[in-house]
Amino acid sequence: MSVSVRIPTPLRKLTGGADEVAIEGTNVGEIIENLEAAHPGLKERLCDDDGEIRRFVNVYVNDEDVRFLEGRGTVLKDGDEVSIVPAIAGGC
Amino acid sequence: MIDFTEEQIERYSRHIILPEVGAEGQSKLLESKVFMIGAGGLGSPVAYYLAAAGVGTIGIADADVVDSSNLQRQIIHNQDRIGMPKVESARETMQALNPDVKVNTYNYFITEDNVREIIRDYDLIIDGCDNFPTRFLVNDACYFEKKPLISGAMFRFEGQVATFKPHQEKGAPCYRCLYPEPPPAGLVPSCSEAGILGALAGAVGTIQAVEAIKELLGIGESLAGRLMVFDALRMEWKKLKLHKDPACPLCGENPTITDLVTYEQACELKFGQ
Repeated sequence: MSVSVRIPTPLRKLTGGADEVAIEGTNVGEIIENLEAAHPGLKERLCDDDGEIRRFVNVYVNDEDVRFLEGRGTVLKDGDEVSIVPAIAGGC
Repeated sequence: MIDFTEEQIERYSRHIILPEVGAEGQSKLLESKVFMIGAGGLGSPVAYYLAAAGVGTIGIADADVVDSSNLQRQIIHNQDRIGMPKVESARETMQALNPDVKVNTYNYFITEDNVREIIRDYDLIIDGCDNFPTRFLVNDACYFEKKPLISGAMFRFEGQVATFKPHQEKGAPCYRCLYPEPPPAGLVPSCSEAGILGALAGAVGTIQAVEAIKELLGIGESLAGRLMVFDALRMEWKKLKLHKDPACPLCGENPTITDLVTYEQACELKFGQ
């Protein structure tokens, strides 16, 4: 199953500028692995050395934060949209 | 309720005619006190619209002076103000627009030594600063002082807006529920060198101003518990859910942060570079 993954501005260099990519996977963990396979470097930005999603990056399935679902084990269904929402600080 | 002058009735007539605002709401705005961190890209539209709306007292903090590179987006300043403290320039613009507004200027950095005392005098706090350490400091200070916080941030073509009032609403998160601590140095872009589409500041800042006015009036649906994410390149707003984190080090069940902490400024671009 393929879901659409929204890539935030700071990470678009790794996706050749694409703001949305279609990735195969049945849960969030698989999506992260397959994102890395398709766009090397992304996993390092999203996950720490233990493979946990970094605390200043939030991964959403539709409008829900996966931290409050099943984390990397969050199961995806057809039509779901995964969004990566990193902390940003600019106001200047 | 305050006694409006003829001039005020005319000035605020488009607000007063709104059933959700009315004379009572306008009076409430004139009696409200808002404190803003930053007189830059986000601070410009926020300050401008709050002054126009007749928010009676606006405090604004920024240690910087106006530079020509600011003028691509910081519309509260202008060419003649280059070199002037931003807070002074902002005050001139706001008072030229609306002499009803009292502007308090704080031409220095917000620190753990001054932030709680400053915000204590205000009803609502608006963060439009440009760095993580200040965002965490302001969040924590607002939590301790029980002040609602409207936070806005932007990067290149993206913006985020959220309202935090964990003290007011059960289940409402704070900034640390969203991001428990600042990213380590070098992992997330936080500097102006990354570039910013000037008009994006208007889009994000005016959303903050709208939410501020709603909070002051107590109308509509609060943004608390939601994160608005704007992607200018796709021209798309997303509204994501924010949850109170029971493990939040500040507002969670067993808080480990019981006083203000100061983080070092992290200012590199490695996250996306």
